[in-house]
Parts: sequence; structure tokens; C-alpha cells
Amino acid sequence: MADNAIHISLRQDAPIPLAVDLGCAGGEILVLVGPSGSGKTTLLRAIAGLLTPAQGRIECNGETWLDTSAGTCIPLQQRRVGMVFQHYALFPHLTAQENIAIALGHLDPAQREPRTRELLELVHLKNLDRRLPAQLSGGQQQRVAVARALARDPRVLLLDEPFSAVDQQTRRKLVRELAQLRGRLNIPILHVTHDLNEARQIADRICIIHHGAALQIDAPDEIMARPKNSHVASLIGHYNIYEGTIADHDAAKGETRLLWEGLELQAPHRPEFAVGQKVEWVIPEDQMVLHQRRRPSAGERENPVIGVIEECTQLGHHTNISLKPRHCEALLNFTVPAHVARRNDLREGEGIGVSLLQQGIHLMGKS
Amino acid sequence: MMDWQALQLSLLLGCSTAALLLPCAIIIARWLAWRRFRGRNLAQAAIALPLILPPTVLGYYLLTVLGNQSPVGEAFNALFDESLVFSFQGLLLASFIFNIPFAVQPMQNAFRTIPDDLREAAWCCGLSGWRTFWKIELPLAWPGVLSALVLTFAHTLGEFGVVLMVGGNIPGETRTIAIAIYDRVQAFDNRSAGLMSATLLLISMAAITLMYAFNDRLDRRRGG
Repeated sequence: MADNAIHISLRQDAPIPLAVDLGCAGGEILVLVGPSGSGKTTLLRAIAGLLTPAQGRIECNGETWLDTSAGTCIPLQQRRVGMVFQHYALFPHLTAQENIAIALGHLDPAQREPRTRELLELVHLKNLDRRLPAQLSGGQQQRVAVARALARDPRVLLLDEPFSAVDQQTRRKLVRELAQLRGRLNIPILHVTHDLNEARQIADRICIIHHGAALQIDAPDEIMARPKNSHVASLIGHYNIYEGTIADHDAAKGETRLLWEGLELQAPHRPEFAVGQKVEWVIPEDQMVLHQRRRPSAGERENPVIGVIEECTQLGHHTNISLKPRHCEALLNFTVPAHVARRNDLREGEGIGVSLLQQGIHLMGKS
Repeated sequence: MMDWQALQLSLLLGCSTAALLLPCAIIIARWLAWRRFRGRNLAQAAIALPLILPPTVLGYYLLTVLGNQSPVGEAFNALFDESLVFSFQGLLLASFIFNIPFAVQPMQNAFRTIPDDLREAAWCCGLSGWRTFWKIELPLAWPGVLSALVLTFAHTLGEFGVVLMVGGNIPGETRTIAIAIYDRVQAFDNRSAGLMSATLLLISMAAITLMYAFNDRLDRRRGG
């Protein structure tokens, strides 16, 4: 079915393991996030046809590009893939215009020049068409690479860490341009990055990848608030991951009570976990509220945890705090603005309290 | 007196060797630059051998392998009714073999410096392997290819030992300018020897200077 979408299912054990089943709709940006060496680039290369996995099936816009069970493997030249490489891979001996025109081999010669001009305009480079890549800035090179990738009228756009080689300011600008560009393209966009913040800015959905396996695919807010397991939670930067036991469920109140090292906590209702079942739970930093030492408030009754500050480190405008609760050895980590830490006189060895917001507690099956 | 015939023969030998080696060396250089295979080091050593072997040793082996009594020499004789040794064809073949490292090594280095992702980007742009070679690989490796051609040409002009062993000293057939210079010195004709040496020096110097100038210009253009 020609639906502009791409469906990918790949398996291999060696040399680089892959265990991925994912789809990306036309016009959607799916961001593949994972640490270095997690197999993100390998996955893009497999889609592009730069490597053939041991087993798998790739279908794009109704065309089967790869089906190892049927012995089908369309050569990469015929896959209509637009790929932006990590360091752009622009041809250094060709001008910006030539770099784009070289990918227009599928058009009649008469159509190539106007199409090149159109693409240069699309990426705001029409006055720099005669420059060689070495004469362009990092951001301009990235734009040429995007224009070249789009020149083939691709069925899918693959972006391999396209913002990693530019400064912060240029990166913000390019991210904006990509968001605008997406509105004009109705093809799936797979974007690889190890930067979770970048992923949250541009993704419609995020796919967390580790050791070649897709661990969770969800919308950015969903993945941040409800990681599937503690492995995903730690990969997306959650520090506060603990074990607990389900105490009971109260459907009327919409809560599940959790025992954490003897302390009872109220969490959102999750009846799928049986009473007495061991679970893991996570709470994002921004779901922990510091009790003001001079002016206690009503909100402090929500899952209060009292303890002693074990570590207090100021980093720029923020202060990282590790709190050792009275009832257990585990540490709770959170960040407050530096002025809040100063006003509340937060120092190592001081006793403080925090509330763990009920809605912020996310229960997970044990991984 | 200038031995124009010897100079002409040397230039012909130099150009023919470079032309013959160009496609073969490109194939070998790309293969060595990008492929990892068992025996790769042995292959590289065999290619580099003419660089370190004394020309007389290489000449002796070539004489043995190409001689009329050898299978190669006999086969050539049967096919073309001509001897391979002491002929221009034999000289060209010997020149081809002793110039292999001069042609392959600069090209291998040039191809090796082309990042893998440039070739991959070309394929992703829809370019076939052949078009990728013409449009991307060859222009990028061109300084190395040109260096290889100039080195081969200049080295052929100056080669003495192998040429003498395989070709002898037959005027118009195998007497190159290097042999002619030696011949003139033996005959105490220092004026002719000096004139021919100066000519050889100038041609070699001009070729190498042009090569450096071209590569420098290319570097500046691509470096922005």
C-alpha cells in the first residue's frame, strides 16, 4: 500500500546486533536516541542499503526494499533515500550547486538546473551556489547536505546526527529550519542523535535504542514521563529509579499504594500490578517539591520524604542535591535554582523534606 | 652530439609505460586501499619489491623469465615471431614491471585518503559504482594519480640497470638516453654525455615541477 510510510523490521546478531521493529508515517519525524555505539547509525545504514542485515524486511511507500526471506534486496541506488551524513560528506571538489545537481540524475538534463536552483532557495543558499564546501560555514554545509538529500525526491529522509558539528546558535536555527521543512515534505524523517534535548525538540516520536534493540517508541512527553522499564529510564537520564512493592490499589481514589523500603507512597492507579508484586518506580526531578523550611505548605502532605542532604553542588545557576532519606540508604537526587538553595540555607548535613508528587511517580515492571 | 633517436625512444618508453600502467595501477591501488584480505601485506611487499631490489637483480630475473628459452619468451616468439628480450616490447614490459611501485603507491595513498562516507554519499545520490569512480573518486585522487604518472615517466627516463640487462644497447630499438649517456662516457665523449645529461635533467625537473604546481593549485582551490 502506497502510504508514504516506512516499515522496518530487522534482526541480526553479528557483527552489530539489531532487533528493531518500527514504522514512521509520511511527514513524521521519528528520532532514534541512544548512547554512542547503540546501533542508531547501523540502523540508518541498513535502511539506506549501505549494509544488508542478516534478516529483515523494509517496506517504503508500498515498495519492498528488503525482504531477506524472499531474497529481495534493492540496490541502494534504486532506494530513493535522502541521507544527510554526520559530517555531511559533501564532495569537496564540487561547488554547492554541483553537489546538489549530482543527485539529480533521475531528471531530464533540462530540468536539473531549475531544480537545483529551487533546492538552493529552499535551504536559503541561492547566493552561495558557486562556493566549494570548504568556503562554506558548518551551518551552510549542513544546508547543502540537506538540499542534496532532497534532490532525489526521496521516499525517506535519513539524518545521521546532522547538528553535531555546528555551534549552539547555528543548531537552534537549523532545528527551526528542519521543523519548517517537515511541513513541506510528506515523507518519513528518521533522525539520529544522542542528544535527548534535541530529540525532545524535534521529534513526533522518539525511539530509544540500545545494543541495536528498539526499547521503546513513544511521543517525547510520554517516554519521559512513562519509560517502559528502568533501563529506558536510565537511558533517558532519570536518576531516581528505585524498587518497591505494591501495597494495595484504591480504584475510588485512583491510586496505587507502594511500599518503598517500608515507607508508603501514593502513586497513580495501576491495577495491572498485583498486590505484593515487586516493581521498579521512577520519579523525574521536576516532580519533587522541596519543603520550604520557614513556610510549610499544604502540598507537603503529598508523599513527604524527610532526610539529610548528603551532597550539595552548585553548577552555574542550579544546585544539585542528593538527599538521604531517614528510612533507607537510597539517595533522592534533584536540582533547585541556586537562589532557592541559598534562601533555604541548603548545605551538606542539613535536614530537609521533599514531597514526591503522586502524578510524577511512574511504576514499571521489573526489567 | 645529442642522440635524438635515444631521446625519442626514452620519451616513447616513458609515455607508453605511464599509459599502460595507468589503468592497471588504478585497479591495484583501489583494491589495496579499500579491501582487507588475507595476503594483503604479501601483495604490498611484492609490489614494493622493485623499489629495493638492485636493478641488476631485477634485470637478471626479467631476462630469465622473458628470455627465448623461457615459457613466456617462447610463447611470445610463437605468437609474434619476435624475441621479447633485446626488443622494445621486452623493454616496455620490463619498464612496466619495475615501475609498478612508483605508480601504485602514490595512487594507493590518494585513494586511501578519500573518506568512506564520500563514496557512500555518492551511492545514496544514485550514482553507480562506475559513475562514482569518474565523478568522485578519480577527481579526488587525481593529485596522487598525476604524481604516479609523472614519477613513472621520470623514473623510466632515468632507468639504466634493468634497461641494459633486458634491452641491451641496440640503436633505435633499445638504446635509451640513459644508455646513450653511459655509451658516450665510455667513449670519452664528455661533451655529448654532458649535453644529454643536462637534457634529461631539464625534462625530469620540468615534469616534477609541473606536477607540484598543479597539485598546489588544486590544494588551494579545494582548501578555500
